[in-house]
Amino acid sequence: MVKEIERAGIPVVHMCTVVPISLTVGANRIVPTIAIPHPLGNPSLDPKEEKALRRKLVERALEALQTEVEGQTVFEMK
Amino acid sequence: MGKFKVVHYINQFFAGIGGEEKADHRPEVREEVLGPGLALKAGFKDEAEIVATIICGDSYFGENIEEAKKEVLEMVKKYNPDLFIAGPAFNAGRYGVACGTIADAVQNELGIPSLTAMYEENPGADMFKKSVYIVSTKDSAAGMRDAVKKIVPLALKLVKGEEIGSPDEEGYLSRGIRKNFFTDKRGSERAVDMLIKKLKGEEFETEFPMPDFDRVPPNPAVKDITKATIAIVTSGGAVPKGNPDHIESSSAQKYGKYDIEGINDLTPENGETAHGGYDPVYANEDLDRVIPVDVLRDLEREGKIGKLHRYYYSTVGNGTAVANAKKFAAEFSKELVADGVDAVILTST
Repeated sequence: MVKEIERAGIPVVHMCTVVPISLTVGANRIVPTIAIPHPLGNPSLDPKEEKALRRKLVERALEALQTEVEGQTVFEMK
Repeated sequence: MGKFKVVHYINQFFAGIGGEEKADHRPEVREEVLGPGLALKAGFKDEAEIVATIICGDSYFGENIEEAKKEVLEMVKKYNPDLFIAGPAFNAGRYGVACGTIADAVQNELGIPSLTAMYEENPGADMFKKSVYIVSTKDSAAGMRDAVKKIVPLALKLVKGEEIGSPDEEGYLSRGIRKNFFTDKRGSERAVDMLIKKLKGEEFETEFPMPDFDRVPPNPAVKDITKATIAIVTSGGAVPKGNPDHIESSSAQKYGKYDIEGINDLTPENGETAHGGYDPVYANEDLDRVIPVDVLRDLEREGKIGKLHRYYYSTVGNGTAVANAKKFAAEFSKELVADGVDAVILTST
């Protein structure tokens, strides 16, 4: 799906846990996430901390969308 | 001559430990033959025996690839087998990646002949078909018999160091290796034969298939994110409570388009997942863990992004055919363009 969205001319960031799969399917902007059943959350945190973590991940994704890339790029959390 | 010693790798499901709720199962080794190993054992007869079975949960492997690989390698090393077999993984994505990763590591780091088996669309296939033998299987465990029939002879040839035939003869996925051989017709004659067939519109087989590199170059970055409309797309099966379009829990035949106007937070009352390929407990508790609607709403209100697009698009990426996923996305991408969406956040589980 990520390739078709890109092909349509829309920049897209792939947020996923298994980065090698994302690289194989051809995503160009990749943000690694927390875990397979909860990529954008962590149930062991309290709700406030969990939302803060999610916000950080989304902000990283927005940074990725604002960054020019030449090829496949993984944007690790800072 | 003694029997060849084989170590077999399978996931928590084929070991009978459990389904998705047990997918975080850490690697363990058992000195017995389990699940698909029984069929392999029957196939090997007196030639080889499975001395140990290593079991690891698919999510544990997928989330901790480097660690899991190390742990499993240590276990394999202990038995010093003549041969290592992983899977078959059919069309289970995380399992296929695990099988490919570990077969590749056992072969290239321990120097032990290895093979695995999976469906050609399994992401593990593209990742590892060049480095290890991957027997081509059907897309579900219904293809077990057929898979074992191909795995056993290829495995025995590998362990005996016999010559391996072409992908078509042996039933493995092409590794892109070219081999020289003698033929009674010279090149010019074969080329003319091919050309004539082509002109007649008949089927012909090239001797040099071109690799299929379908890469899409990245689009330019978003210039002003504070004015951009951002849409959410997911393969994580996010749906409104009740799954109104009945998106299938695996091998999805459709995608959904869902209105989130006025929704600031996803809750157990307004959202859930239709995905059958991971433990749904966390997503059903709070679907923001799969599609971050709450955070994007906050960012919208704070003026950090222009707008969260009114609709999100969702399907279940669980054994879903690549051709279907491609078709879904080609369709809704046109709508996204028509609706003036500037960027997409795509989440996967």
